[in-house]
Amino acid sequence: MLIIDSDKCTACGICETSCAFGAITVSDNCAVVNESCTLCGACVENCPVEALHIESAGKKIQSDINAYSGIMVFAEYRHGNVAPVSYELLGIGRKLADKRGVKLSVILPGGNVAPFADSLIAAGADTVLLAEDPILEQFREDVYAAILVQVIRDQKPEVVLAGATAIGRSVIPYVAHAIDAGLTADCTKLEIREEDGMLLQTRPAFGGNIMATIECPHSRPQMATVRPKVMAPAEPDPSRKGEIFQVHLSEQVVQTKIEVLDSVIDNEDQTNIQEVEALVAGGRGLESEKGFSLIRELANELGGAVAASRAAVDSGWIPYPHQVGQTGKTVSPKLYIACGISGAVQHAVGMQSAEIVVAINRDGKAPIFDIATYGVVGDLYEVIPQLIKRLQEIKK
Amino acid sequence: MNIIVCIKQVPDAKDVRLDPITNTLAREGVESIMNPYDRHALEEAVAIKEQQGGRVTVITMGPPQAETVLREAIACGADEGVLVSDRAFAGADTWATSYTLAQTVQTLGDFDLVLCGKQAIDGDTAQVGPGLACRLNIPYATCVQKTRKVSDKVIEVERMMDDGFDVLRLPLPALMTVVKDINEPRVASLKGKMKAKKAEIRKFSASDIGAEIQNIGLAGSPTQVVKVFSPEARGDRKIFSGSVEEQVDQLVECLRAHL
Amino acid sequence: MDYFFTEQQQMIIDTAREITNEKIIPLRAELDEKNQFPKAILQDIAKADLFSIFVPEEYGGFGGGCYEIVLAMEELARGCVGVATSFAASALGIFPVLISGSEEQKQRYLPDIAEGSRWAAFGLTEANAGSDASGIQTTAVLDGDEWVLNGTKQWITNGGEAQIYTIVAMTDPQKGARGASIFIVEDGDPGFSYGKKEDKMGIRSSATRELILKDCRIPQDRLVGRKGTGFITVMKTLDISRPGIASLGIGLAQAALDEAVVYAKQRVQFGKPIISFQAVQHMLADMAIQLEAGRALVYAAARHIDSNPKNISKASSMCKVFATDMAMKVTTDAVQVLGGYGYMKEYPVEKMMRDAKILQIYEGTNQIQRNVVGQELNREYS
Repeated sequence: MLIIDSDKCTACGICETSCAFGAITVSDNCAVVNESCTLCGACVENCPVEALHIESAGKKIQSDINAYSGIMVFAEYRHGNVAPVSYELLGIGRKLADKRGVKLSVILPGGNVAPFADSLIAAGADTVLLAEDPILEQFREDVYAAILVQVIRDQKPEVVLAGATAIGRSVIPYVAHAIDAGLTADCTKLEIREEDGMLLQTRPAFGGNIMATIECPHSRPQMATVRPKVMAPAEPDPSRKGEIFQVHLSEQVVQTKIEVLDSVIDNEDQTNIQEVEALVAGGRGLESEKGFSLIRELANELGGAVAASRAAVDSGWIPYPHQVGQTGKTVSPKLYIACGISGAVQHAVGMQSAEIVVAINRDGKAPIFDIATYGVVGDLYEVIPQLIKRLQEIKK
Repeated sequence: MNIIVCIKQVPDAKDVRLDPITNTLAREGVESIMNPYDRHALEEAVAIKEQQGGRVTVITMGPPQAETVLREAIACGADEGVLVSDRAFAGADTWATSYTLAQTVQTLGDFDLVLCGKQAIDGDTAQVGPGLACRLNIPYATCVQKTRKVSDKVIEVERMMDDGFDVLRLPLPALMTVVKDINEPRVASLKGKMKAKKAEIRKFSASDIGAEIQNIGLAGSPTQVVKVFSPEARGDRKIFSGSVEEQVDQLVECLRAHL
Repeated sequence: MDYFFTEQQQMIIDTAREITNEKIIPLRAELDEKNQFPKAILQDIAKADLFSIFVPEEYGGFGGGCYEIVLAMEELARGCVGVATSFAASALGIFPVLISGSEEQKQRYLPDIAEGSRWAAFGLTEANAGSDASGIQTTAVLDGDEWVLNGTKQWITNGGEAQIYTIVAMTDPQKGARGASIFIVEDGDPGFSYGKKEDKMGIRSSATRELILKDCRIPQDRLVGRKGTGFITVMKTLDISRPGIASLGIGLAQAALDEAVVYAKQRVQFGKPIISFQAVQHMLADMAIQLEAGRALVYAAARHIDSNPKNISKASSMCKVFATDMAMKVTTDAVQVLGGYGYMKEYPVEKMMRDAKILQIYEGTNQIQRNVVGQELNREYS
C-alpha cells in the first residue's frame, strides 16, 4: 500500500507527474492515491520531502537464504551443439562467483552432452552437471523444467543465470514459479554485492525507454536471463580444472506430456545478423517497405547485412529475424548504421555494444544521436545515396 | 471447448519516456491499450471457437479502468469478460501475477485451453504465461506461430525457436503463448461493439478467488524495483553539420580508418 | 469541428477508422501498384459489419441512412479511394433492390449483402450510354418464363468480383427512357461472362470490367420493380448514392491534408520547417477551409436526404460537385506542398491525386451534376 503522509506533503505535484499510471492526484493540498497504483515506487523516489512510502503487509521471507551458495548457469543444447550464450553466461558467472568467493557450476541437459564438459570448464565452470537422456535430444518444457527444479533444489545456488533465448525464455519462468524464486528477464547488466550476495539486475523497463535495477531481497536463488551477445565469454583456458558429474534422472523426471513431431531449421534468410561485422538498420523513418532496397544497397557496399527496428518490422516492411532491440536480437558488430531510427532504449539495448554507431536521422534531437559515435542530420534518402557514392569512389 | 484468454491493459509503450531533468516518467498523452500480443491471442481463441464451438472467456488483472480492454475483447468476439481487481494486487511482479491469474482460472472452473500473448509490452518479460502453466500444472508451449490442428483432446502447434520452429502436440488442457505471426486480428464489429456495451463484466476481488494474501501484490513478489534511470549517452560522439555532401564527407573520413 | 454524432454514428466512424488504419493503409500502395482487388480487406469490412449499415434491420442490417453510409465511406476513403469505391459499388449495386425490389427479392439478397458474404455491382454504363442513359443498347426479351438479356456493359465497378449484378436493359427500346427495366443477374448465370479488365490511372485496386450478356437467360422473377420503371429507379439510386461519392472526396482530401501538414512541419528549408513560411501556410489553410466547407455540405445533404423530402437531386448533386472538385484541388495542392517528394511514389499523395480525378467523373460527371442543379434552379424560380 502506498502511504502518503499528509503532514509532510506540500502538494507540489511532483508525484502526480512522476506517476506513469495516473494513480496520484493532488487535491485539498495533499496527494491522493487511487486504485490504479501499481506500487512501482516512482513517486516515492521523486518526492522531495519524503512524504510517501510503500508499506507491504507480511512480505514473504524465505527462512533459509543463507543455505544458498554458488552461481549456477543453465547451458543450452540444441541440434548437437551448445549455444554460444552458455559460454557468455559462464563469462559473467565467473566474475560474480569470484567477487563472492563461491563456486561456478553449470547444468547442461541434452542427448549426448558429455563431449562438451571440458569446453565448459575451460570457459570458467568449476563444476559441470550433465543431464543426459535420449529424450533430452529435443527441447521439452516439462522435462527440462523438472530437471532444473531438481538440480536447483539439490544444489541450492544463490544465483541462477540462463540465456534469454527461445529455450531459456520458455522454461526458466516455469522453474522460477515452481521454486518460488524471483526472476528478472533480459538483464543487460549484472552486479553482485560482496557482503550479502544481493544480485543487482539491470534491465530496460517500460518498453525500453527507461532502465530499472531489480533485486530479490527475500528469496533465493536469484534468477536472471541474459540475451545472447550482451555478455562477453571468457578467453577459453584449457588448463583449468573442474569436476564433472552426471545428474541422476529418475523415471518421473524424464516423463513428458509433450510430443515433438518435428524440429524445423528455417533456411529462409539464413544470414544471422548477430554474426556480421557491419549492419545497416532501417526504422520508421524509411516510411515504406521500399526504403529497405536502399538500406540493402548500402549494406552490400559495406559487405554487411540488413537490420531493422521494431517499428519497421511491425509495419511489415521486413521480417522479424532482422529485428534488433529488446524484443529482437542483440547485436555487437564493428559498425552499426542506424537510418531513420529514433533510438528509443528498446532499440538501443540491442545495439549499443556495437563498436561504432552511425546515426542518420532527419530529427537532430532524436535520442539515437545520444548513443551514436557519428551523427549525420539529414534526410536518409539524400544521405545514403551520397554515402554509397563516396564509398564507391574510395574503392576505385 | 472452453477457452480462456489472459489479457492486459498497458500504456502505449512507445510514448513513455523518462524526463532527463526531473528523472520522472512523462505520461502526458500516453494512452492505455490492450497489449498488442494479447490481441493475437484473443483472435486465435475466437478463431478456434468459430471452428470448434465453445466459449471464450477473457480475464484481466488490473485497476477498475482495465474493464475497457475486456469490453474491447468482447467486441472482438469474446463471450465473457472477468476483471480481477483489488488494491491488494498492486505491485505484483510476474510471480504474483501468475499466481493471481491461476487462482482466477481455477475459480472459473473447467477449461480446455488458456491463451496468452507472448509478453506484455510494458515489461517485455514473457514470464506470466509459463508461470501460469506451472501453477495450473498443465503442459504449455510458448511463442506459438501457428495452430496446426485442434481437437477436443489435443492441440498441434508450431513453436518458434531461435533457429526455426518445433512442431509440438500437447494434450488438453494446455496453455500457449502466441507471437504476432500467428494471425491478423480482426477489427471489432458493430454488432460486437453493441454487445460489448451492454455486456455484464464479472468482477473478482482477492477474496473472491481465494488468494492468500502473502502470495499477491507486493508481498507475493520476490523481485523488487530499486532504481529507475535513463540510459547513458556515448562520450566520444561527433554530430556533423553542414550540407548532406559535407556531412557525408566528414563521416567517410572518420570511418576510413575502420573500413 | 464537432458534428454532434450519435453514439451509433460514432461507433460506425470508429469501426471504419480501425479498418482504415489497420487493414487499408498498410496495403494501399501495394494494391495500387499491382492493380489488385482488395478481397481480403472487403472480407475484413464484412466481418466488422460495415456492409450491414445500408441494409434495413428486418433483413439483418444496421438500418443506417445516407448519413451513416457517408460517415463510413469518408473514413474508408481516408485510407484508399480504390477500396472505398469497391465498398461503395456494392451499396450502389443493391440500392435498386432496396428502392424497387419485391419483398421476396429483398429477403433473398439483402441478408447476404448485410453479412458481406456476397457483393453487388451496378450495370448501367455502356459504350454509347454514359451521361446519356437513354442510349442503352442492352436488351431484355421475355421468352416463355425467362428473360433473355443481350448486350455489353462497360467500366463496371466490382465487375468479375461481385456475385450480384443489377443490370439496366431496354425492354421496350422504342419508348426510350420509359422502356428501360432493371434485372438481377447472378455470377454463373448462363450466358453471363466478364470481358476486359481496365488498367486505370487511379483507384487501381478497384475492379473495373466489362460485363457480357450473350443470350443470358434468367428467371422471370429477377425483374426489379415493374417493367419500364428502370430509369426512375436508376435516377433514385444515383440520387441517394451521390453523397457517398462526395464523402469519398472528403475522406481523400482529409488524408491529403494530413500528409501535407505533417510533411510541412518536418521539412526544413532555409533553416526552418516549411510550415513557418506564409506561402505554405496559406495553401494549407485554404485546403483546410475548403475541406471543412465540403464536409459540412455533404453531411447536410445526407441529413436532408434521410429526412425523406420529395426532391433530393439538387442537394445530392451539389454536394457531389463541391466535394469532389475540392478533393481534386486539395490533393493537387498536397503534392505541391510536398514538392519533389510529393511527385514520387514513396509518398502517398501522388496516389491520392491520381485517385481524386475519377471522383469528378463517375456516378455522373460534375458537368452533368451542374446541369441537374441548374435545371432545379430553373424549376424553383418558375
